[in-house]
Amino acid sequence: MHTKTIAELSRMLAAGETSSEELTRHYLERIRAHADLNAFITVTEEEALAEARRADALRRKGEAGPLAGIPIAQKDIFCTDGVKTTCASKMLENFISPYDATVVERMKRAGMVMLGKTNMDEFAMGSSNETSYFGPVKNPWDKTRVPGGSSGGSSAAMAARLAAATTGTDTGGSIRQPAALTNTTGLKPTYGRVSRYGMIAFASSLDQAGTITATAEDAAMLLNVIAGFDERDSTSVDKPVPDYTATLNDDIAGLVIGVPKEFFDDGLDPRVAECVREALKVYERLGAKIVDVSLPNLGLSVPTYYVVAPAECSSNLSRFDGVRFGYRCENPTSLEDLYKRSRGEGFGAEVKRRIMTGTYVLSAGYYDAYYLKAQKTRELIKEDFCRAFEKVDVLMGPTTPTAAFGIGEKTDDPITMYLNDIYVNGVNLAGMPGMSIPMGFIDGLPVGLQIIGNYFEEAKMLNFAHRYQRETDWHTKLPKGFE
Amino acid sequence: MEWEVVIGLEIHAQLATKSKIFSGASTAYGALPNTQACLVDLGYPGVLPVLNREAVRMAAKFGLAIGAEVARRSVFARKNYFYPDLPKGYQISQYELPVVAGGSIEIELEDGATKVIGITRAHLEEDAGKSLHEDFHGMTGIDLNRAGTPLLEIVSEPDMRSAKEAVAYMKKIHTLVRYLEICDGNMQEGSFRCDANVSVRPKGQKEFGTRTELKNLNSFRFVERAINYEIERQIELIEAGGKVVQETRLYDPEKNETRSLRAKEEANDYRYFPDPDLLPLEIDDSFLEEVKKTLPELPDAKKHRFMESYGLSAYDASVLTGSRAMGDYYESVVRTLGDEHAKLAANWVMGELSGALNKDGKEITETPISAAQLAGLLARIIDNTISGKIAKDVFEAMWAGEGDADAIIEKKGLKQITDTGAIEKIVDEVIAENPGQVEQYRAGKEALLGYFVGQVMKKTQGKANPGQVNQLLKQKLG
Amino acid sequence: MALKPEDVAAIAHLARLEIRDEDVSSYADNLSRILDFVQQLERADTEGVAPMAHPLAMSQRLRADEVTEQDQRERFQQNAPQVEAGLYLVPKVIE
Repeated sequence: MHTKTIAELSRMLAAGETSSEELTRHYLERIRAHADLNAFITVTEEEALAEARRADALRRKGEAGPLAGIPIAQKDIFCTDGVKTTCASKMLENFISPYDATVVERMKRAGMVMLGKTNMDEFAMGSSNETSYFGPVKNPWDKTRVPGGSSGGSSAAMAARLAAATTGTDTGGSIRQPAALTNTTGLKPTYGRVSRYGMIAFASSLDQAGTITATAEDAAMLLNVIAGFDERDSTSVDKPVPDYTATLNDDIAGLVIGVPKEFFDDGLDPRVAECVREALKVYERLGAKIVDVSLPNLGLSVPTYYVVAPAECSSNLSRFDGVRFGYRCENPTSLEDLYKRSRGEGFGAEVKRRIMTGTYVLSAGYYDAYYLKAQKTRELIKEDFCRAFEKVDVLMGPTTPTAAFGIGEKTDDPITMYLNDIYVNGVNLAGMPGMSIPMGFIDGLPVGLQIIGNYFEEAKMLNFAHRYQRETDWHTKLPKGFE
Repeated sequence: MEWEVVIGLEIHAQLATKSKIFSGASTAYGALPNTQACLVDLGYPGVLPVLNREAVRMAAKFGLAIGAEVARRSVFARKNYFYPDLPKGYQISQYELPVVAGGSIEIELEDGATKVIGITRAHLEEDAGKSLHEDFHGMTGIDLNRAGTPLLEIVSEPDMRSAKEAVAYMKKIHTLVRYLEICDGNMQEGSFRCDANVSVRPKGQKEFGTRTELKNLNSFRFVERAINYEIERQIELIEAGGKVVQETRLYDPEKNETRSLRAKEEANDYRYFPDPDLLPLEIDDSFLEEVKKTLPELPDAKKHRFMESYGLSAYDASVLTGSRAMGDYYESVVRTLGDEHAKLAANWVMGELSGALNKDGKEITETPISAAQLAGLLARIIDNTISGKIAKDVFEAMWAGEGDADAIIEKKGLKQITDTGAIEKIVDEVIAENPGQVEQYRAGKEALLGYFVGQVMKKTQGKANPGQVNQLLKQKLG
Repeated sequence: MALKPEDVAAIAHLARLEIRDEDVSSYADNLSRILDFVQQLERADTEGVAPMAHPLAMSQRLRADEVTEQDQRERFQQNAPQVEAGLYLVPKVIE
């Protein structure tokens, strides 16, 4: 049953071939059986079964929508009413959110069943899921390797089919990169397309919620539910939401794929480059035109990102002060002691590094040289993307320079880790939508094809992804032991 | 050495919105601690700010009223610092691009001259919560009900040269924000607060001296006292060879002194940057036009109109335009009586009515005697039904809620005696009863006239028309 | 950009983070490398480029001035480390 997509499960539920309760039990069983992956921080078994039974009841009354009863796992960055929401941090180890994030609320309203909360890098700061307070997540394709990050719990859970679908958030590649490293389909919508309300903020001008699923079609079904205006988020865009499933099969003949030459730099594993070229051939067969394009400032995206994101995070994380919620140190002797120890003990090393980096680049005397400068290079990067989209329908390239690396391999040097996101950071800086879809294997490890769309052109991006998945079967491959 | 004082004020006016600047929690004063602090006000993880339209409207209204530029585009920034009454660890405020820039107002000096005070800027920001230092086992309690209340911070140019000017400026802004109905001006509740930047320099010197910032000035009296104390402290310090340190100082009204708050200020680096959760605030022509339509007649314009239309002195006009409600009340009385009785109305509103209000600690808006009722009373003076003196008794009865003037006059039989025959009869009686005084008067002691008037009034319980009594007495005694 | 231990201490103080003595040098080293890395931005020609604060060219939406939130103090304070009489408690603040 777990090898089915949510599109298939939806049809089975509608046809009465299975029930949500049966599905939910099945996934809960798998989560238990594969607990060693450490993909979940919290499993909400009781609530899930209750929600499943409610969905089944709705279906019997004929009131169920297409996603009713589909079991999903939420990244533990989304606030869930009455359920622990930790952001994989000691700081929020015992935090029970008193409200639902908009994404969660919309999925609940669609009748989806929440299985639990997935592991992640602490406060979404990381590319390997190794910064989690609750320990690293293992990649189901090779348990000695990372599943990517920060949505590593979701990508691992999806790769292992511990849920029918999962959510993620993408600030600098945190959906696309883990999807690439786990043979799953990751979708990061346009900034502002999905509400950020209730998603614990890392870097507000970059954060965007999305999904990690088995297929592009599943991603489209979920985006139909989570996309749209939310009056509680000032940066949410009031723009009609199309039916993203309606255009999945559209003909792409004559459409133009731009391939940025900067993606094929020295750091790229030639075998990954080869996979990209193979994938482009599939598109050529479908009639798409491939053109070379240039994003001359792409090289600035990682350093720009590592000024902008830490600056925003240093401020966003000030609210964790041990006063109203979250971790408080033992016996604080003064206000300053309360702040410093609660935060010093409650945050992990990477989070502290980023807060300090951000504090530094915003501080008196350094603001112009770092923060203001990065705002300008960000503009240059965005303009590159916009210029490219004057001539192309989508951009394509690798999602990551290599396949999944080993757990512990890159933890010593933050820069090496940061450079793993060299192809994905730019999309967040520009605010455009991006996807990663399975495109093959290197030594048995999956790699992903990145598809980048113009602002609010998720439908076109999904159309490209779906047409590829109709022609290929990479996305159907499951790791050994998880079939 | 002669010293010149330089003062600039930063006034924080809480905007009179129903809900907070970035959340839907109530701004009502006096609720139980933390019962009006919603997730946004508490800075809960994941929640986001959405700007209150009314707060923007009020800021724009203020901008228009002081002849300032209302920015077509302004930006909210984060001011980062840690303090327990600041839930998010940053205050959302406007930094580089404020919503209002470059206005001015005119104040009146004691000698009657006027002076223009420049207003550098006014920007929107959120208020912080409150720290309660009563003892909770040696701990401080935090109430976040106030957190997120919209504030308009009004920053003046360093244009004031004495504590008195500073107070005059503050009072003027206080009057203005209440006229505009954008702030209730309640200083006890902290709706209208002020910090003062104070420095001194040798007279004639161009450069400013080092300034200190005085905090916690929550009454006009404290502003004056704190500034005067600080001026003296700075002058004494410099004259003794010391140097003024740029710092924040807290005014202690009990000791009437300012003291350094250096501990809190140490290593301030607010790391301002544009708040990524909020987009640039854009104000277009139609929004401004809409706001313009809601602008009332402003205090200065009203004052000048009162002087011209009603022939009032500058002082009277100032007092009667001290608040919009006062001006409305007065004009309503005048409208009923006619412009020719404007002075009588002014005397009564400023005299009896204001006195009674003060005594009971009431605002004009809480007066038990409506403008129509007061006009009804004054009409009886004008038509000679009662004397001014009797009117004061009637006023008291009205204040006590005994009804309209006519009903009270009727019930108490206070109608003035204007019948010449009746008055003449009593005058004759008085003359007959006081032969000694009559003799003295006729011998030239004319001051005795008042005695005879008093006797007549006594016999008529004050109801005789005093003009007629005077005239008859003079006639008969002369 | 080589940060000294006292620089790390100053930044950590601004950010109210306790850094243990034995960790200071590794933070100094890591932060220095990060700052060196991002310093390459210096070389980019940004003459005349407007700083970008936000991905979308939109303006702030305004909400109606309505009270939409009711008192949920008890619920919200369940996450609080220390409360009394409805107040959040912190070590004595000296003014």
